[in-house]
Amino acid sequence: MIKFFLMVNKQGQTRLSRYYEHVEINKRTILEADVIKTCLTRSKEQCSFIEYKDFKLIYRQYAALFIVVGINDTENEMAVYEFIHNFVEVLDMYFSRVSELDIMFNLDKVHIILDEMVLNGCIVETNKARILAPLLILDKMAES
Amino acid sequence: MALTIVSQIFPREMIPAVLPLIEEKLQHSKEIIRRKAVQALYKFHLIAPNQVQHIHVKFRKALCDRDVGVMAASLHIYLRMIKENPSAYKDLTGSFVTILKQVVGGKLPVDFNYHSVPAPWLQIQLLRILGLLGKDDPRTSELTYDVLDESLRRAELSHNITYAILFECVHTIYTIYPKPELLEKAARCIGKFVLSPKINLKYLGLKALTYVIQQDPNLALQHQMTIIECLDHPDPIIKRETLELLYRITNAQNVSVIVQKMLEYLQQSKEEYIIISLVGKIAELAEKYAPDNEWFIQTMNAVFSVGGDVMHPDIPNNFLRLLAEGFDDENEDKQLRLYAVQSYLSLLEIENAFYPQRFLQVMSWVLGEYSYLLDKGTPEMVLTKLYRLLMNKSTTSETKTWIMAAVTKLTPQALSSKTVEKIIQEFSVSLDTCMRQHAFELKHLQENVELMKNLFLVDKSCEDLVVDASLSFLDGFVAEGLDQGAAPYKPHHQRQEEKLSQGKVLNFEPYGLSFSSNMSSSGYTGRQSPAGISLSSDVSGNSAETGQKETNSLKLEGVKKLWGKEGYLPKKENKAKNNPELQPVPQDSTLMENVDQMMIKKEQSQALHHSEEEAEKQRLASTLFVGLGSESAVSLLGKTDTVSHKFRRKSKVNDTKNRKVTSAHNINCSSFSPLSNAPYEDNNHLNNFQDKGDTGLKKCSLGSEFLESSLKSDSLTELDLVENLSVCNLSPSSLFEDNSMEIFHPPQPTLSSSATEISLTSSLLEELNEHVHSDLVELCNNEMITVSSCKIWKDDSLLLVWMVANKSNLELKSMNLEITSTENFKILEHPGFSFPVIEAESTTSIQHCVQMEKPFTEEGLSGYVKYQMEEDPCIQLEFSLTISLLDFIRPMKICTEDFGKLWLSSGNDVKQNVKMPDSQANLPFALKTLQQKLRLHIVDIIGNEGILACQLLPSIPCLLHLRAYAGIVALWFRSSCSTLPDYLLYQCQKVLEES
Repeated sequence: MIKFFLMVNKQGQTRLSRYYEHVEINKRTILEADVIKTCLTRSKEQCSFIEYKDFKLIYRQYAALFIVVGINDTENEMAVYEFIHNFVEVLDMYFSRVSELDIMFNLDKVHIILDEMVLNGCIVETNKARILAPLLILDKMAES
Repeated sequence: MALTIVSQIFPREMIPAVLPLIEEKLQHSKEIIRRKAVQALYKFHLIAPNQVQHIHVKFRKALCDRDVGVMAASLHIYLRMIKENPSAYKDLTGSFVTILKQVVGGKLPVDFNYHSVPAPWLQIQLLRILGLLGKDDPRTSELTYDVLDESLRRAELSHNITYAILFECVHTIYTIYPKPELLEKAARCIGKFVLSPKINLKYLGLKALTYVIQQDPNLALQHQMTIIECLDHPDPIIKRETLELLYRITNAQNVSVIVQKMLEYLQQSKEEYIIISLVGKIAELAEKYAPDNEWFIQTMNAVFSVGGDVMHPDIPNNFLRLLAEGFDDENEDKQLRLYAVQSYLSLLEIENAFYPQRFLQVMSWVLGEYSYLLDKGTPEMVLTKLYRLLMNKSTTSETKTWIMAAVTKLTPQALSSKTVEKIIQEFSVSLDTCMRQHAFELKHLQENVELMKNLFLVDKSCEDLVVDASLSFLDGFVAEGLDQGAAPYKPHHQRQEEKLSQGKVLNFEPYGLSFSSNMSSSGYTGRQSPAGISLSSDVSGNSAETGQKETNSLKLEGVKKLWGKEGYLPKKENKAKNNPELQPVPQDSTLMENVDQMMIKKEQSQALHHSEEEAEKQRLASTLFVGLGSESAVSLLGKTDTVSHKFRRKSKVNDTKNRKVTSAHNINCSSFSPLSNAPYEDNNHLNNFQDKGDTGLKKCSLGSEFLESSLKSDSLTELDLVENLSVCNLSPSSLFEDNSMEIFHPPQPTLSSSATEISLTSSLLEELNEHVHSDLVELCNNEMITVSSCKIWKDDSLLLVWMVANKSNLELKSMNLEITSTENFKILEHPGFSFPVIEAESTTSIQHCVQMEKPFTEEGLSGYVKYQMEEDPCIQLEFSLTISLLDFIRPMKICTEDFGKLWLSSGNDVKQNVKMPDSQANLPFALKTLQQKLRLHIVDIIGNEGILACQLLPSIPCLLHLRAYAGIVALWFRSSCSTLPDYLLYQCQKVLEES
């Protein structure tokens, strides 16, 4: 299962974090700092999967933004790797050419999207239209 | 929206309130709402699976939903449920296969595609489910072959996600029952992965290889070169995965190279988790495949120095045990130990070298035990080294105690050593109380030359007899005992001492640690004391026969070891031990207070065993036995249980086992023969009488046969012995019937040679009529054998009887029946049984006593039978048996007042209303149903309310309060166990609604 989902920029600032297992708040900061440090030290030629403590990290870099997912060993690494891309594609579709700023200022929406896709540490929806459907309804309500 | 929230955060307690609303939503017309509802149910299932048990049917409906999303959501629930219990969902394999076929065939709407691959994550999910379902099951796997083939073919596109699917496919193919064609295809697939220039794929390929290699090591040969390349890969994770792969293919030939590589990696890595896991693996490999002694010791040295203090405590313990127990060959042992001693001495010679504490502890133990093997080195030299360690500031106090123990052991070999005196001097004024104690002991020991000599003798004899662990262990123990003989005014401390010396050999580390804090040690004292009593009684009992002393104390050690985990067993043992010598004396409540005193005396008696303190023992015995009553039936049962436990732990070669059993029997016999206990003699006498006189009675002849066979110390008959003994201990009047009943079924094997299966079955059941039992259920069969089983609900346990019938006219060789252990059950005897031969057309039966570890509704107990026919290869047949909670529920007969008290003291309660069909909605009916179907005991009926009680074996009570009104029965459960009421509620609901 997926243990946590992080979006961190190159400077090490966390843009989004979502945990599917209880982690204490102060431990989260330490974990995040540690995780981003391990990811930044790796070059492009190296594997996108890292063993970290008793679980694995899957990361993918989009410009200055890293998306890091922590999983345990029951999950398929490659599937998660592609899932990250799927998530970014959804963001792209919703924000039309997504950037770090979009994520910073629409954090609530990003969270809604993520919650549609991942639930209790499982990937539950990958159909882009369906992921965005509830969000679009909300937007419509906000306009009227 | 609300449903999303529900599926994210939700308190367990509110589920019953919200559940109906969500169930309603499952029928909603919009698919998104249906999907959310299913997800919410998944969440419920995650947090409290027992509360959604009744709506499993609805999950099935969701699986067949016309919308893909809803179906996909339900897959999560199924994945989880199947993981827990694959056998219950075999019937769904067909549907899963069809779904996967449709997905792979592109029947889904286009918007489910991801990079033109149809719903890849859904495919992965389905593949995983199929893998779980088809595991070790040829019939289910048969169904999935086609669709797997199809997926492999379809996933030829070269996009990352297809690789993910391929990987999952390969994984599934290798988990299910193998089919050569598919395996070949999968292997080709993996080849593509491993050879890929993309690093991520390479990683995936290596990971797939590790799965594959367990089944087919040849595949590794094909990729040899790639693996070697990967081993030197700059990326540590690739390296790590490669090592994992190598770990799986290790054998006696390549072990040194592989371990070498692993150690190299280990030295580079800093990560604690990696070190822990890798160190464990290396130690395992080294133990399993070590080519020679030197290599083994050196590897272990490296492991200890790198792994240091973070590694799992089992590793040094196992290592020491291996050293102590040795192998079959005594010379080999000596060499190994000698080498170990030498290597440690040379390690200690290096100045300023830093070693982890654990390593130092291992060193000091080995030096203390085995440095006598060293020819040229004098004990003085070793002592000097130990002294230097002792003075080192970085050595922790725990390690110091280890070293101190080693010094104590060495002292007899180096009488009047200056170093020892120096140690005594320095540590007698040490601030550390523990060290001070040790020093004082040592001093007293040195002063008393007589004792010293004694110790020396015992020490030597033990060391020379180095055959199994308990002896060397005994050695330490006796040494401490002697110690205390000289200074008996420190009862507390001496117990700690003992603990310590045990810890060294017997994985008692956690307790060993506790000695520094007074609190925990006193707690420990309390718990340990019953075992202590048994010790002392034993010593006094055997005072005449010194020869047996060793065996006896050896047994006792086993008991002590058990005490920490099994709690009650040693206590029973202790009673059993005392029993033979006791007159039934009323239970004395001051027993526990006496314990401390007894401990001292016991130590004394042991210490001065060879010398003059006979009178002391007499007194000790008398003080002891005042405090104890006799509860023979239970205690003997407990006792033999402990024995069998010990065997399981130490289970080595068969002959040692037999030897031990024999010794156990001897002890039993010896304890019986001198007994002054009248009922005992009567029983024995009666037994004999039966055996000789009543030969006409078939049962009795069987009984005698059984007695003989049990003395032949077959491990199988251990259980039988228990029953036999327990029967013997019943009062003489009831002896006869019980005896014949109980004794009859154990000797089944002897009987079976002539009887046919049916007659056997019927006779068995007839004899067991005393207990409630289930019908014989056939579990699995083929043309050769049939395995069937029946449950016997004894008052205090669940007994499973397995019967293996040989239908063919050939004899079966080396039959083996093994039950896979699960976390929920504990099987009290050794879980595997083997029979050298089953003759043609005969039946063999085996029985197991099963205990529940934690509550559940239903759980499969699986196992397999292996047999060999003439020269054919081994054939394995698997079976599984469902055991439900009800098998462990027994009525609890208590009165209303007790019920009231218990009700107030039980913490966990659950309430639920159950609708009953109108015509039957009355209290008596409901009560009757519950009594009959669930075996609850009706305590009382007051107006329209009733109270019932039951207990979950071994002894968790559960109380039920029942009120009936207007077609509804309100159930209210209370129990001290938190999960039991939920499970029981589910059962009650089921029976009440069915009726």
